Amino acid sequence: MSAAAPARRLLPRPVREFLVALPFLIPSLFLFGAFVFYPLGKSVYLGFFISNPFRTRQIYVGFDQYRDVLTSSDFATTLVVTGTFTLYTVVPALAIGTFLAIIANQKLPGIVIFRTIFSSTLAASVAISAVFWLVLLHPSLGVLNDGFEAIGLPRVNWLADGGWAVGERATAWDVFAAWFIDPNWALISVSLATVWMNIGLFTIIVLAGLQTIPDELYESARIDGAGRWSEFWHVTLPMLSPTLFFASVVGMIFAFQSFGQIQILTQGGPADASKVLLFSIFQTGFEPPFRVGAASVQALALFVIMLGLTLAQFRLIGGRVFYR
Amino acid sequence: MARVFFEGITKRFGDVYAVRDLTLEVQDEEFFVLLGPSGCGKTTALRIVAGLEEPSEGDIHIGDRVVTEVPAKDRDLAMVFQNYALYPHMSVYDNIAFGLRMRKHSKDEIDRLVRDAVATLGIAELLKRKPGQLSGGQRQRVALGRAIVRRPQVFLMDEPLSNLDSKMRVQMRSELIRLHRELGATFIYVTHDQVEAMTMGARLAVLNEGRLQQVGTPQDVYDRPENLFVAAFIGSPAMNLLDAEPAQVDGKACVRAGGVDVALPDALAKQLEASGASSLVMGVRPEHLDLSVKEPAVTFEGKVDLVESLGSEQHITVAINGNSLIARIAASEKIEHGASFQLAVAPQHVQLFNASTKERIGP
Repeated sequence: MSAAAPARRLLPRPVREFLVALPFLIPSLFLFGAFVFYPLGKSVYLGFFISNPFRTRQIYVGFDQYRDVLTSSDFATTLVVTGTFTLYTVVPALAIGTFLAIIANQKLPGIVIFRTIFSSTLAASVAISAVFWLVLLHPSLGVLNDGFEAIGLPRVNWLADGGWAVGERATAWDVFAAWFIDPNWALISVSLATVWMNIGLFTIIVLAGLQTIPDELYESARIDGAGRWSEFWHVTLPMLSPTLFFASVVGMIFAFQSFGQIQILTQGGPADASKVLLFSIFQTGFEPPFRVGAASVQALALFVIMLGLTLAQFRLIGGRVFYR
Repeated sequence: MARVFFEGITKRFGDVYAVRDLTLEVQDEEFFVLLGPSGCGKTTALRIVAGLEEPSEGDIHIGDRVVTEVPAKDRDLAMVFQNYALYPHMSVYDNIAFGLRMRKHSKDEIDRLVRDAVATLGIAELLKRKPGQLSGGQRQRVALGRAIVRRPQVFLMDEPLSNLDSKMRVQMRSELIRLHRELGATFIYVTHDQVEAMTMGARLAVLNEGRLQQVGTPQDVYDRPENLFVAAFIGSPAMNLLDAEPAQVDGKACVRAGGVDVALPDALAKQLEASGASSLVMGVRPEHLDLSVKEPAVTFEGKVDLVESLGSEQHITVAINGNSLIARIAASEKIEHGASFQLAVAPQHVQLFNASTKERIGP
């Protein structure tokens, strides 16, 4: 029998390495634990209960509440509104942001001024932007309606016209058909404000992406005989794909997290026409009758949907994105 | 027929002159090198030929056409960039085919031309790879493939070998020479590397600060540099340059440099007299300095300052009256640091420059 090995040899190497890593992880573990993991676990827990407003009394209902909330027509409507809102905000903001970034990427004197203007919406707070759009969209005083009238279009009751067949018992198909026949102006209005707010960030992100593309690639393409459009299609777009992918994921997460502009512009109305999931969570949990349990279920649904969509984006588009 | 003619080309960027009044003719099917230190304007000159920059003044002729206003794609040329400029998201095949696709060649023809090109360059097995999966030398070949596949009349190369390691550079150098012979096209090759310039170019042009310094065959430029810049720039180790002044010894013309009187050959003496120069720079190539040369010779004496052995030869730095001379000496000689040392040079190897105009004096 040999003498006892030194104490540290008693533990296998991975365990020893973990023990070394632990002190470095503790600060972030603490923060994540307090503000992410604990609330997440608590939400799961709260979903099992129906309670009075201040949770002085609560009744255990098990999975019944999960089933009731997730299968309700209200929830379905909210999902359709949220999906439409995401579509209405991410695609145009990305397209406009890319367009502005390409313009702002030209090497011209004074271009810095335009870069600043194009990205300035980033600096406006949600509340200020929303109030700004509240004025623009005002049915009688707003500039937008004046513009519509000037070109012979009917005035629109922007924030108060829900459109679609939203509300009770609207199926997804009803909504889809109504998308074009009876536009949901309230949601379009909120989206308009949101697109405007996001353009600044998207312009900056795409501009940064454009500036990583070496000039030589364009020069080579020019000698190879590519025109402007071919350059964009064969050089700019593929080289920009990681940036656009990143921006689309961020944009989607932004869309799901939008709250301020909806609260200020429409309060989710009229008739839930602009009630996105996050706003629904707020209304369910923090407005009478304070259904904290039901709000928790919706919050978990939001978490799962965002996780799923982000993973799907990585799987579907991520593989086609070109990284250098 | 594709001679390239630079007619009084000037390029200004703001107040800065990149190229000044450059007039130069590159013959059809010639391998022509533009040589100079960084910032001398050689790359700008090349980019003007390519159509990537517009000259501020002057015209570019390719063949019988003035192409100054012609877009890059219609000049019938290809360019190989220093960093290869391969499209990183495309396979090797697509990279090479890109120019043909832009020019709307048929699919079969593109395939045939691409396969020809990769066969020439020995990269047929790489067709499906992306540039990121290739070594430097392979990328270089793909960049060449992209250039040769269109069979242009003129190839422009902007320091194409500068990102390769030295072994690969030597190999690609000979491949480029072979390629030039096979293609029979005009090559304009930009480099700051004088070894590339000397070994590859049929003729070369030395540029400095946007100005043309000298045009000629590599040997010509090496043997008879037209001014002090070319003398100092071409050759490694560089030509020894000593301040000198005209003198007379026993009625014979000579120059005094490094405390030594150097008798001049008659022809050079005559030209020195004709030039009327009063202050001179004397130049001697390191290979012309030796332990002893056949008479008549001039001998400099000094102390050995530095011995650099290269295996095949050694470079000896000798301190002489406040100057230092570098000599290339056979590796077999035993030379020690600090020893007294004599270096001899034959007068016919002495070159003279006017110190004020910096121009060459002599044949």
